[in-house]
Amino acid sequence: MRKEVWIPCLLIAVSVLFVGVMLVLPLVVVLTEAFSSGLNAFLRAVTDPYTIKAMRLTLTATVAAVLINTLFGLTAAWAVTRFSFRGKGILSTLIDIPFAVSPVIAGLVFILIFGRISPLHPFLDALDIKIVFAEPGIILATVFVTFPFVARELIPMLEARGTDEEQAAALMGAGFVTIFRRVTFPHIRWALLYSVILCAARAIGEFGAVSVVSGHLRGKTNTLPLHVEILYSEYQFTAAFAVSAILAAAAVLILTARNIVEHLAHKEDDFNVR
Amino acid sequence: MYVELQNINKAFGDVHAARNVGFGIVRGVLAALLGPSGSGKTTILRMIAGLERPDSGDIFIDGARVNDVDPGRRGIGFVFQNYALFRYMTVFDNIAFGLIVQKEPAETVRSRVFELLALIGMEGMEKRYPAQLSGGQKQRVAFARALAPNPKLLLLDEPFAAIDAKVRKELRVWLRDMIHRLDVTGIFVTHDQEDAVETADEIIVTNNGRIEQKGSPQMLYKAPATPFVTSFIGNSAPLENYKRLKGFENGSGAATGVVRPEFVKIYPAVDGITYENSVEDAVVEDTAFRGTHWEVTLKIKNMTLPARYSLEKAPIAAGDRVKAFVYRLYAFDGDNVTLLENRNLDTHNGANRYSI
Repeated sequence: MRKEVWIPCLLIAVSVLFVGVMLVLPLVVVLTEAFSSGLNAFLRAVTDPYTIKAMRLTLTATVAAVLINTLFGLTAAWAVTRFSFRGKGILSTLIDIPFAVSPVIAGLVFILIFGRISPLHPFLDALDIKIVFAEPGIILATVFVTFPFVARELIPMLEARGTDEEQAAALMGAGFVTIFRRVTFPHIRWALLYSVILCAARAIGEFGAVSVVSGHLRGKTNTLPLHVEILYSEYQFTAAFAVSAILAAAAVLILTARNIVEHLAHKEDDFNVR
Repeated sequence: MYVELQNINKAFGDVHAARNVGFGIVRGVLAALLGPSGSGKTTILRMIAGLERPDSGDIFIDGARVNDVDPGRRGIGFVFQNYALFRYMTVFDNIAFGLIVQKEPAETVRSRVFELLALIGMEGMEKRYPAQLSGGQKQRVAFARALAPNPKLLLLDEPFAAIDAKVRKELRVWLRDMIHRLDVTGIFVTHDQEDAVETADEIIVTNNGRIEQKGSPQMLYKAPATPFVTSFIGNSAPLENYKRLKGFENGSGAATGVVRPEFVKIYPAVDGITYENSVEDAVVEDTAFRGTHWEVTLKIKNMTLPARYSLEKAPIAAGDRVKAFVYRLYAFDGDNVTLLENRNLDTHNGANRYSI
């Protein structure tokens, strides 16, 4: 075989093998294990009240993270790309901290800020606000970990496009809301949706930071990934894999959604090349 | 003055984009801000529009100081260099945008948009998107969009830069006619002297953040005020020491200057010349065919001079020995420019009246 044919074959084979062993195999294992004791055992594990509660908490944290980070991401992206101000570079770098810091450390930070040893604790206690080992802590940790997703997706996009269209609209007397709604938003909508999907995926699966602030109170501060861990450590393997299957299904759904968004965005880009 | 700038200064860090810039433009005039890139012309335009704030100085539009007026409230139409059409809107929505923002009733918007589409000769294209238009069409849509809200002042940033040569010529004529027909005042920025000379009623030459000269194209051409304008407008070649040329021996000062090709007349060797003392011996270095004439490079006393040569006369080629007469040249003295006529001009013309 000629060298030019060899190289792509080798590279493709390695990639496929790698994806198969590292990604497909675990997914298959999760599904077979989940159903290994029959459909009824699976359904029992999935409809267990604690599982449902964990699912609800995961959903709450995810929705909160998506909403807060979309708002923040839009604001930050707009600020960084549309205005020049002192400390802009620092702000832009700080946004990335959650990507660089281990989630466990993020969790610990929230314990230090809001937990028993914090100087804030007496005030929070007096007001009867529980953050650590309660739902607000879970939400905070999830928001922290998914913080950069939206901003990081939008900033390069807005930067590449420049500000001419916004300036043109402003020169014709359009206000901020009109400019955003009619000029900026149509441009970033796919990127925004894409980043929201990635943000949701990360939020659903978050373990480290959430684990630290959760306290593992079953039925109270357990998210789905934490619930899986608890079930597993109690040797309830079928239940653990059944709950894992929910997360796997969510992942597949999210990937599908992402591909659809990517496809649609591509189609529009092809049209609006210039 | 409809637009007036007084003592405008603007710096970006160490770069001075405008130093004590001041000029006025009369209502209904199409003016060009002409200068090399980095000369501050675009910054001046953007300050008039309100997209940049001057560090000091005042800007007046129609008698009112607008320094603190929002860009959207200055009554300005602005055409961006790359048009900045709203790419997610149709041609119709692009043109309608300014009217809708001003809350004009739908019927007014519709009729105004179709009126403008007719004006720019793009009827039937209102449903297209910017990506489906050619460069010239985008330019026209940008123009219509800027004009839709009836601005009294139209600002254009390098309006011809992205357009190919043939369409460019048409657009220049079209733009000038439009501005005059619609009775708006226009200012456009360009680095291309041909754009400015052929389109503008008045040219403001910028260099290094300063205004070098303001005047009609003819005036800039005939009476340049500074060495920069002399070299920038029209074709010219620098002269190290013009005193070495016959008829200019009496010049004062440093004796540097420039000469334009149309100031130099070539007599081919076959033509007889009377009053030989007034002409220089020259060697043809190069000839270039320009369709309507030859562009010739001459070597005279170790200086390189450009010249034009008629297609009707006896052909000349590189290496030929010819005679040349230099009618006039621009002499530089510091920042001043003087037009020097050849001392022997009258005698020369009188003697060679039949050979011209």
